[in-house]
Amino acid sequence: MTDIASQNTDDGMILPEAFNNAFRWMVLARTFEEKIANVYRAGKIVGGVYVGRGQEAFSAALAVQLQKGKDIYAPLIRDMAGRAAFGEPVIDAARTYMGSARGSMRGRDGNIHRGSPREGVPAMISHLGAMISVVSGMLFARRLRGELGDTVGAACIGDGATSTGSVHEALNMAAVEKLPLVVAIANNQFAYSTPNTRQFACKDLVDRAIGYGIEGTTVDGTDLADCLQGFQGAISRAKAGKGPQLVIGTLLRLSGHGEHDDSHYIPDEIRASEIGKDCLAVAREKLIAEGWNTEDDCNAMEKQAAEEVENAILKAGGEQPPDPYSHDWNACSSERFRDNLTDQ
Amino acid sequence: MSITYLEAIRHAQETALADNPDVFIYGQDVGAFGGAFKATKGLHDKYPGRVIDAPISEDAMAGLAIGAAIEGMRPIIEMQFADFSTVAFNQIVNQAATHYWRTNVPCPITIRLPSGGTPGSGPFHSQCMEAIYAHYPGTIVMAPATVEDAYSMLLEAIYTDDPVIFCEHKYLYYHLKAEKLPRQSLPAESARVTRSGRHATIITYSAMVHEALLAAESLKEDGYEIEIVDLRCVKPLDTETILGSIARTGRMLVVGEAFPWGGVTAEVISRISSEGFHLLDAPPARLNARDTPIPYHPELWRYHRPTANTIKSAIQKLLKD
Repeated sequence: MTDIASQNTDDGMILPEAFNNAFRWMVLARTFEEKIANVYRAGKIVGGVYVGRGQEAFSAALAVQLQKGKDIYAPLIRDMAGRAAFGEPVIDAARTYMGSARGSMRGRDGNIHRGSPREGVPAMISHLGAMISVVSGMLFARRLRGELGDTVGAACIGDGATSTGSVHEALNMAAVEKLPLVVAIANNQFAYSTPNTRQFACKDLVDRAIGYGIEGTTVDGTDLADCLQGFQGAISRAKAGKGPQLVIGTLLRLSGHGEHDDSHYIPDEIRASEIGKDCLAVAREKLIAEGWNTEDDCNAMEKQAAEEVENAILKAGGEQPPDPYSHDWNACSSERFRDNLTDQ
Repeated sequence: MSITYLEAIRHAQETALADNPDVFIYGQDVGAFGGAFKATKGLHDKYPGRVIDAPISEDAMAGLAIGAAIEGMRPIIEMQFADFSTVAFNQIVNQAATHYWRTNVPCPITIRLPSGGTPGSGPFHSQCMEAIYAHYPGTIVMAPATVEDAYSMLLEAIYTDDPVIFCEHKYLYYHLKAEKLPRQSLPAESARVTRSGRHATIITYSAMVHEALLAAESLKEDGYEIEIVDLRCVKPLDTETILGSIARTGRMLVVGEAFPWGGVTAEVISRISSEGFHLLDAPPARLNARDTPIPYHPELWRYHRPTANTIKSAIQKLLKD
């Protein structure tokens, strides 16, 4: 048994505990997404399915260190693990995918476009990079009200989004405003089918931090411990008033862009390289090798996740879809400003 | 003491800042400098920390406002010129306008767009953007034509729980004056019959209301009484007031300073043609800016947008139909 005290990091994170915790959400995310991909292939999902296979460690490592009810977390399309770690119930994901009227988006939006803004999880739009400034605005509002405390806001993007003007504007603005923002860039090497060589020409994405006057860190996205420590440092620096933090996770997307995509364009040599390792398998191995958990407990965790996922999908699948006839077809909240379109 | 249209906008913001701690202003040069047009002059000193200079990042400015609105604030974003709001288009139409519909959480932001042409401003400092924002579900688009409306409608915009695109006209900033600010006003969503008449109705909004008034005054000399409806709010459209006017006059000319294609004038004609076709004695007419970018030279600009003269000609033609 490893001495747990020796695994403590500077800011008091107990690595074995955080590792176990993150691992649990990684298992849940992988289990859910494998199941939902099967349901998709069975033709029971309206719209697409986008999974975070290979990115679970990077995703969970951030969210597991945030506090729901206090912090802000803006996940992107491959952050099922982070969403679960931040406290999103599996049933919410199942309902949004299955189109249940009881889901948080009530059938008005689907799959990964879900959130609960009042609980600190803005609902992503598809336009990449657009959520960063929204998180900044949430932090900004709390600071104006004197309610910021040690809140931290996190926004997740991928390598593709770094090419957008939205990301540039948002990073620059957050730096100017010195907001306690952590921006996680999952560098999974491909934006849909486009490799990084066609996405950016800088040597390393982390160097962009210098240009914004903020701090940047790179972590090994296949190594949960490295991800946990990288985010732990970034979160404490943000909380300590050191401004926005960029954390780049080097990893490989172990799936297509969506389940409709066989990702044939990812060369075998990249898949076989170090970044092509499966973070979940690596974490499980380390967990047992370090003696932080047992094979039996891991098996039990996986079994429990399978049951939870099965139940959630069954439940959501049995719920009523939204009813177009009784639906409230108003896009404005203020009744007096609703347009009287009589030809509808 | 007289108050200009621009001062009314400043007063409305000051009233909101004084009355509600959730209000703040974010925009380029709005702080100590007081804004490119001085619409926030003095507010930075009076409300420290709540009138804040933004970097030149319209997309992120709008995103920041949306995030703050989610937290229950009522941000006012000043776009330096309406034309530059296209950089924030995505955040406005895809994030702010869809927010309530998607999440059930309202997005009370006010985006001030200094709009419309002034001589010598050229293609990128003169545009009227109301139609493209009104096109998207979830937006409210206001375009006040008077000093009093600039004040009362901006206050209503700030206290509305939905994204409001507030098109304030730069040509009116200094030209229009009123003796005092209103205590009570027509609700923002209602159109106003600005001038009564019986031979034809001009339906218009913003700076064009004043060109229409000049045209109507000139036509009076020929014995024509022209009614003018000021839309005030472009979205929602107060079709009832328009239909009421057409019922009295039987003829309509819709005037807008924006580009013609798919704009507010087209929308009004479409609605009135389907809902009030039986009230019309002549085909509905419209007048817009020309279908070219907005010219820089005052001599060209004068012939690009509708004016009292072109409105008068259009009415004379309409009266012959």
